Amino acid sequence: MLTRLYNFFSSVKLAVVLLALGLILVFWGTIAQVKLGLYQAQNDFFRSWFIYWQPQGSGMRIPIFPGSYLVGGLLLINLFAAHLRYYRKGWKYVGIALLHIGVVLMLVGQFATDMLSVESYMKIREGAASNYSESNGRWELAIVDTTDEKDDKVVAIPAGMLVDGKTIEHPELPFKVRVQTYHLNSLLAAQQTGGLEPVDAENMTGTRVWWRGLPKETRMNYRDIPSVLVELTELNGTAKKFLLSGHLARPQTLKAGARDIVMELRPERYYKPFYLHLVDFRFDRYPGTEIPKNFSSRVRVVRPESGEDREVTIRMNEPLRYEGKTFFQSSYDEADEKGTVLQVVDNPSWLTPYFACILVGVGMSWQFLVHLIGFASKRKTATASA
Amino acid sequence: MKLLFKSLPWLCLALFVTEMVMVLKPKADGEMRVAEFGRLPALLNGRVQPLDSVAHNSLLQMRSTGDVPLEFVTNKFGRLEAHPGWKFWHHPKKLRSSEWLLEVCFKPEVADTRYAFLIHHPDLISELKLGDKGVEKSGLRYYTYNDIEPLVTEIFTQAGTASQVESAKQTPYQKQVIKLANGINIYQRLKNSIEPSGTTNFVQLLADYQDALPTGVAALRAQQTGGETDKAALDQFMAIARSFEKAANESYPRLVPPLNPEKDREAWSNVGASLLGSIRDQQIQPAVSFYARIADAYAKGDSAEFNSAIAGYKNWLAKDFSKEAGKGRAEYYYNRVKMFLHATIIYIFAFVLAGGALLTFGSWPVASESFRRSAFYLIALACVVHTAGLIFRMALEGRPPVTNLYSSAIFIGWGTCVLGLILERFFKVGLGSAMAGLSGFVTLLIAHNLALGGDTMEMMRAVLDTNFWLATHVVVVTLGYSATFVAGVLAMGYVILGVFTPVLKARKDFDLSKALTKMVYAIVCFATLFSFVGTVLGGIWADQSWGRFWGWDPKENGALLIVIWNALILHARWGGLVRERGLMNLAIFGNVITAWSWFGTNMLGIGLHSYGFMDAAFKWLMLFFAMNVTLIGLGCLPLNIWKSFQSNDPAPPAAPKSADRESTPEPASV
Repeated sequence: MLTRLYNFFSSVKLAVVLLALGLILVFWGTIAQVKLGLYQAQNDFFRSWFIYWQPQGSGMRIPIFPGSYLVGGLLLINLFAAHLRYYRKGWKYVGIALLHIGVVLMLVGQFATDMLSVESYMKIREGAASNYSESNGRWELAIVDTTDEKDDKVVAIPAGMLVDGKTIEHPELPFKVRVQTYHLNSLLAAQQTGGLEPVDAENMTGTRVWWRGLPKETRMNYRDIPSVLVELTELNGTAKKFLLSGHLARPQTLKAGARDIVMELRPERYYKPFYLHLVDFRFDRYPGTEIPKNFSSRVRVVRPESGEDREVTIRMNEPLRYEGKTFFQSSYDEADEKGTVLQVVDNPSWLTPYFACILVGVGMSWQFLVHLIGFASKRKTATASA
Repeated sequence: MKLLFKSLPWLCLALFVTEMVMVLKPKADGEMRVAEFGRLPALLNGRVQPLDSVAHNSLLQMRSTGDVPLEFVTNKFGRLEAHPGWKFWHHPKKLRSSEWLLEVCFKPEVADTRYAFLIHHPDLISELKLGDKGVEKSGLRYYTYNDIEPLVTEIFTQAGTASQVESAKQTPYQKQVIKLANGINIYQRLKNSIEPSGTTNFVQLLADYQDALPTGVAALRAQQTGGETDKAALDQFMAIARSFEKAANESYPRLVPPLNPEKDREAWSNVGASLLGSIRDQQIQPAVSFYARIADAYAKGDSAEFNSAIAGYKNWLAKDFSKEAGKGRAEYYYNRVKMFLHATIIYIFAFVLAGGALLTFGSWPVASESFRRSAFYLIALACVVHTAGLIFRMALEGRPPVTNLYSSAIFIGWGTCVLGLILERFFKVGLGSAMAGLSGFVTLLIAHNLALGGDTMEMMRAVLDTNFWLATHVVVVTLGYSATFVAGVLAMGYVILGVFTPVLKARKDFDLSKALTKMVYAIVCFATLFSFVGTVLGGIWADQSWGRFWGWDPKENGALLIVIWNALILHARWGGLVRERGLMNLAIFGNVITAWSWFGTNMLGIGLHSYGFMDAAFKWLMLFFAMNVTLIGLGCLPLNIWKSFQSNDPAPPAAPKSADRESTPEPASV
């Protein structure tokens, strides 16, 4: 039984079947992007163990096809088992071993990237500095106690905890937060049009506001903007409702007893132990056209604790690698071209593809050269004997 | 007879070498040096190019051809029609691009009667009530500016509405109306590019302007500061300045080189803007004066003055702008010799000869060898011409070979040609030449059609502006595409020759089917290596530019599909799942996958790599898929139907396992 299992997992036939499944998966996942958008299709097809089919109107999710983790995982097992089974000593077989180690490294490295890498954005205006980057898709309800001018106390509630009807308590908070309605994507309007409901909130009494939830965004270059209606109940029992939204430019300030509170629904923030100060952003175009030639940001890296202070230029294809994080030129302030948007990537396994590429390249070349030499010498003997 | 077969290869080679020499030889200019005018440098789309390229690419955008036919015949319906294209021996008169540009700029009333606009959507033609106007060629209708002028406002309004629709969702009608509006816009701007449209004596106008400058400027200053104003001088000056302002706003190429080239070589300006700048500098730039002489001389038909003005301008350019002038000359030459067109012609001849060699392989060995040799020589010649064109283009652009879809087609063709030569060197049967001839012909045909959209040497957008990655990732991955196609085309040859002819097993001393199997196998190995390394390099580039090695973008996925498919073929072969025929069928399907990655992914209209939706190409892509699937179907037919396997031996491809395993390496041999 064990031998049969071993034979199954180490067979070349399995490799062919898995490659075929991979082929279908990649093709399907690419076509699906037209309907689902890049992000959703990635999650459904390439960051999953199974692809599910959900019959209309039912809550069931039926797995109908292996996802990329399952195919990749089985390929890994297959690779290891096959090497155990077919491993041969000798310089002729070095190539095969090298290239498959490379493939293993690639698969493992990409899995690690999926699990570990964090992408965020840092927006800086010219002349200003920033020490945090913001998530692209994750939001948080930040409640900041600014009573002490020197030291802000921040309580950040991840958007995942904002469930309708749920009450959130925290020792640092002077009030209980009850989530009345949360829309993970939303529309706010200053007048009533179709489908919009009025918002009944303390902070919206002067300007009347209507809102409604929207389905999750699937288009490229668009993102979900959440809104939430919360009810804050102080210790003395007074309750007030507030509307917080990613659409609102200004954070909400309020007094809770003697404490000054600033409240905001904002992208999750990742603080760094250093500042990036934007000296200059440049958008170069080819003469007489609007075709972009280059985007670049001249920034100062300032690290108070070590006294480090130096200038670097981040441009297309030339990121700044610092502190295990990489800062890429990603976008800019379209209004006046005086602000930059850097993409910040924290990916501990970023080097794996580099090594994998070398291993596979060398391994394959080795393998094919061995064949070619064998073929050429066979031909020579054949023609010599003829 | 023997002598004929011996000399045929050399005769073929000599014929085409002579043709190439004739093509490459410098051509004499006319009495009026129009070609010299076409070589003058200008700046457009961010790069310095000859006026001939400006004219050529404008025409491509307006009528999808590089020149304008002048001769027409009246057809049986009593309507004008161009000479049909299949009568290739008939050379109807046509206006070359540079000459057309001269007319547009200096004899607009003549240019307005040329059939310069293509409208091919029948609904648009009837909407604009143009049904009874224009000329027809191969079912396409061309119109003059005079035909279109009364409709310009309507066309612009419609185009304005249409362009508000996202480009992926535009109907063919909307695309056509936008394209037409764009063509009209270019045409109108070209008219203003050298002299303000409507000028009759540009030299005189410049002289008047020069005279009016000091008093005019003084009057203008006085008016601004509230002092005494010379009304007459101001009016005269302002009338001229206004016409220049209009020209400045509505011109197309920038013709005037910068005053301080050492400061910024790229700061070219258009004639109108340069003349307005004269208010500040108090002098008219020499380039403008030379163009004024050219303009008046052409309008008057004064060849001597025309030639002397151009010569004078060239002399002036030689001082500070010899590099730009040289670029103009070089690109003009490149445009004129059309190396890829001539390579295409040689490829098709070579393919026919190689096909002949294959068909006579068993029945008439002497003829077969003669044809094979002829084809081989021609492929070698085509390869030289193709390579020369490729290098010429790289030198003009200052870039690695592949920068856009057009150049990827050129390069894939080049890769198949080189691989074909190598294969032919190892297996002297004509298969390599036949494959190279066919692939070279088809890819260059695709390139030719891709070039109809306009300039093919456009500047690289920010992310792509890196010669290092263009030279590594793009080149390697494109070679991977090439190799996969080569394997696919060879496999197609196997199926076609096997099913319809006896040649695969025609000769006892040379088993063609075995040779093909070895070829396909070797090429698939090569394809796996290149597509894998190329794809991973692409990921590394992405990691360098936005920190994401793999984003599952359609174009990336397309490349990955090719890698997976090639790996699958190799493993299926090693695992003994497929033998000769199976290998061939898998390799043919490789064509489908590669074509989808190359073109299909662009048609999804999403993702970072999308080049825009190409409707016409879609139809051809589907046809190509259907053809390959049909061939796979043929490849699956039982062997006793195959002509090649009928007579002598019913079983060869399904040969006993041990025989087949000889060529299969690890792990199946264990």
